[in-house]
Amino acid sequence: MTDQTQKQVLLELKDYSITFKTPDGDVKAVSNMNLTVRRGERIAIVGESGSGKSQTFLGIMGLLAKNGQTSGQALLEGRDVLSLKPRELDKVRGKDMAMVFQDPMTALNPSLKISRQLTEQLEIHRGFTARAASVEALDMLKRVGIPDPDRRFNLYPHELSGGMRQRIVIAMALLTKPKLLIADEPTTALDVTIQAQILDLFNDLTAEMNTALLMITHDLGVVAGLADRVAVMYAGRIVEEAPVDELFEKPAHPYTAALHAAIPRPDQDVDDLVVIPGRPPNLQHLPKGCNFSPRCPKVEDDCIDRPPQLETLAPQHCAACFHPFPRREELLTHA
Amino acid sequence: MLDQNTSGQTLLKVENLTTQFEIQAKSFFKKPTMLTAVNDVSFELKEGRTLGIVGESGCGKSTLGRSILQLIRAQEGRVVWQGKNLLDLTPEQIRLARRDMQIIFQDPIASLDPRMTVGDIIAEPLTVFEPKLSRAERTERVREIMEAVGLVPEMINRYPHEFSGGQAQRIGIARAVITRPKLIVCDEPVSALDVSIQGQVITLLRKLRKEFGLTLIFISHDLSVVRLISDDVLVLYLGRIVEAGDCATVFSAPAHPYTQALFSAAPIPDPKLARQRSRIRLQGDPPSPMNPPPGCPFQPRCWKATDICRTKMPPTELVRPGQSAACYHMDRPPET
Repeated sequence: MTDQTQKQVLLELKDYSITFKTPDGDVKAVSNMNLTVRRGERIAIVGESGSGKSQTFLGIMGLLAKNGQTSGQALLEGRDVLSLKPRELDKVRGKDMAMVFQDPMTALNPSLKISRQLTEQLEIHRGFTARAASVEALDMLKRVGIPDPDRRFNLYPHELSGGMRQRIVIAMALLTKPKLLIADEPTTALDVTIQAQILDLFNDLTAEMNTALLMITHDLGVVAGLADRVAVMYAGRIVEEAPVDELFEKPAHPYTAALHAAIPRPDQDVDDLVVIPGRPPNLQHLPKGCNFSPRCPKVEDDCIDRPPQLETLAPQHCAACFHPFPRREELLTHA
Repeated sequence: MLDQNTSGQTLLKVENLTTQFEIQAKSFFKKPTMLTAVNDVSFELKEGRTLGIVGESGCGKSTLGRSILQLIRAQEGRVVWQGKNLLDLTPEQIRLARRDMQIIFQDPIASLDPRMTVGDIIAEPLTVFEPKLSRAERTERVREIMEAVGLVPEMINRYPHEFSGGQAQRIGIARAVITRPKLIVCDEPVSALDVSIQGQVITLLRKLRKEFGLTLIFISHDLSVVRLISDDVLVLYLGRIVEAGDCATVFSAPAHPYTQALFSAAPIPDPKLARQRSRIRLQGDPPSPMNPPPGCPFQPRCWKATDICRTKMPPTELVRPGQSAACYHMDRPPET
């Protein structure tokens, strides 16, 4: 994991924000985000609903709702995808970067056969003939572990199970050999045993194709099994970013630490959960200081006064907190 | 099936419960097929204990919960509640029995009537079961219970849409406990909630269980949540109990291959452990309950399956005290 920093930068978010215009005023869903993704790296974006984790990447893909607006820069290999014209974006999207969504049924076109959905992009993005595209698509179906691919190739999405559909969506996303794969809660709608299969698939295929993976999830268990690096979001901001082992062993931000202590474990007996009081703030009425300050066990006067900025605590580890935790044990005595 | 030597009265006894649904055939000329959602399920629940029911979607865990409460009528078997078989009761007798048996649903917002105030929603069981209460007494009881579940009593006249998911679930819980029931079936009560809110609701359920002496049936697909709150656990697969026992034993030494696979697939929030542990990689999807495989329901995905598994359903056997499983090739404790 130490060699990660030497790899080539693939995507760079610089002072990236998303604002939604609503009748009740502007809502800033993502605030001044900075993030670097390197080739082949696996990054997990963790947060609760409303933290902005999904919007961040919908914004990059140009898929925001009409009232949403981005600012700042999102450099994919040095080119700002936010400033691309729709035509130019179409050439990048699906080719250099692809996305897998939570619900595979809505991501697939119900009126097209699997075969057509898979071959379309090969013909558009890579100029394949129909026959060559079929061969390539069938090969990809085998690689994502669809049993009996020849028969399933000619089925419609509704004829497949949820796990199978998600495999198809992943096959679609990976067919063009994208450099960046964005997966938005790809296993949340699936059962545990199927989830394990799909996570294995992400693991194997992204390594094989050297595709960078951005995994958006609320599940720290999924993060632990998959990511190299983790960014934790809260109310539209990254509050902590660290290599996966470091984040779990030495969470610095009280929110990360509390989140970790608030989840029950399948493999251990836990007597008492650390309960995080309250709930995430309304994005229209954010506190003046740190967004987590109303719920934070370590809150002090300066937290209420002004928002903390991300600061580096250790190599590759930064947190936005005036009073970061040195260790998890301290949290337990505080709680 | 659960026959550990814990003291306490048996509150609920389920015997060979089978619930089937009729599925209309696509053609007018064909007979409708039967889907068996709950298949020959038996267990006993002692007062004050919490029974976790785990399994994947379509395994029948929700149907089982509803069949116990008679929200769905089962075709066969018995549900013995306070000495009476609920399946023999008239609808009016069941309605009266529901005072002691309540349910909490998964989707907190959808399970609340948007046109009723929170006060009316929570008071509804009281108006049904204790109609003699005066308006003032009822309001007093509602405020009391709102306090107990962590809602501000001043919110009594608000409407459900003004509440967040976590608060709405607290309303659902308040409504369930206001008549002081003995049993509450919790059907995935925290699955729709964010992690930090999920912890709050589980902690609340644990607190109420202690304060009110509740017995809980906790249905969930989330193993870690079940492990946290349950005393006993049932593992369902395709409508059948494949393994049952006290939580500590089943979680530390699962005997049935499906339980083992299920536990090993659950993601662990610890990156080092996640890398080290060896996982059982199950192939394929669970079979459709419309078209169950012959023999053991897990046999098509099981790596231990042999000929006998494909022909005959394995009987339920005791693995060790406090744990039983239905498998010909289960992991048994070493002979001593």
